[in-house]
Amino acid sequence: MSEEFKVEIVNPEKSFLVKDDVSEVVVPAFEGEMGILKDHISIISFLKPGIIKILSKSGDENYYVEDGIVEFKNNNLSILTSTIFNLADMDKSKQQDLLKQAEGEANKKDINDQSKYLADQKVEVLKTLN
Amino acid sequence: MASLDDLKKRIASVKSTQKITKAMKMVAAAKLRRAQESAEKGRPYSEKMNNVILNLSNGISDKENAPKLLSGTGQEKIHLCVVMTSDRGLCGGFNSNIIKKAKSYFAKILDEGKEIKIITVGSKGNDQLKRFYGDKIIENISLKESKNANYFDADKVGKMVIEKFEAGEFDVCTIFYNQFKNVITQIPQAQQIIPLNNDEEENSSEESYEFEPDEDEILSNLLPKNISTQIFKAMLENSASEQGSRMSAMDNATRNAGEMVDKLTIEYNRSRQAAITKELIEIISGAESL
Repeated sequence: MSEEFKVEIVNPEKSFLVKDDVSEVVVPAFEGEMGILKDHISIISFLKPGIIKILSKSGDENYYVEDGIVEFKNNNLSILTSTIFNLADMDKSKQQDLLKQAEGEANKKDINDQSKYLADQKVEVLKTLN
Repeated sequence: MASLDDLKKRIASVKSTQKITKAMKMVAAAKLRRAQESAEKGRPYSEKMNNVILNLSNGISDKENAPKLLSGTGQEKIHLCVVMTSDRGLCGGFNSNIIKKAKSYFAKILDEGKEIKIITVGSKGNDQLKRFYGDKIIENISLKESKNANYFDADKVGKMVIEKFEAGEFDVCTIFYNQFKNVITQIPQAQQIIPLNNDEEENSSEESYEFEPDEDEILSNLLPKNISTQIFKAMLENSASEQGSRMSAMDNATRNAGEMVDKLTIEYNRSRQAAITKELIEIISGAESL
């Protein structure tokens, strides 16, 4: 029996990625990273800024996301996100731009704890990329 | 009867109008293809989002304490209407259809003795509603700068709506837009987004989900996003509808102009012939009298 399942990433503009030979996906869920294998229990969770790792036969892929929702059901993983970048396509200057933006957000005084936490997360993740 | 010169001028002017409408039709057709594509591509996101929320709200344990965006404020006194129209004209009945739908809704609400507040997106809607409901319009958003519907703009509108909701400025929110069916048919829609309408009983999934963190927290995070998503969907549908409507309107205009040119040309030829005949008769009768 194959150990593969289907993953679909959609952003508001289009269906970003569809793959059906995925063996494992690691998503940055809100309460920590979460690896999803085939026959995982149905789950809904949302994402914090981080890296989505997709492991499949045709090669591994890494994506940077800033927010989103994951839904896993019947071996279908759907990820809804508004900001997503393929790390392979992302050059240094783009990373720097995002980092600067995130740092600006994190240094704002008048934000609540949650957005502060999210902005800090962004900075942290982006720093590890460089 | 108009003189030959006048006719000639009219034919020329109708022909140049026809050229313009033809060009506009071509442009609209090209844009339509793109807009339609992005409307179709955008559908999975809003559908999935709807599904997730449906599953969540089915699974929610404590209906009493459900987020207000889902369950409403408990009363329906003030209605907020987001009327989404285009920024440009010359697109047939596109804008008037939305306005008509919105106006009949307004009249119904006002008859019930409730209040309305209006946000207009797109300047054409604002122009038309200003006359009758000028004092009810609280905000007007123009998207002239952005060429295509993008999520960023939708998010801006969505955040504004949520801000106003949290400030207790309204109880029910409805958006008005044209749903794109095909090039000739666009259906004006009134969609209630706050509180979320769960009339479609699609209890597809009976199975229970695992939630991380718990349902309430996910829901309260998800619902504001859903508002923006629904608005974005409406924008995409609207832009496809606008181009479709413009295309068919311009197609009609081109055809009408063509008919007019034909008619004028016949008239021109006839009067030219009449003038020639008249001259001939004059010459002949002049020669005979000699």
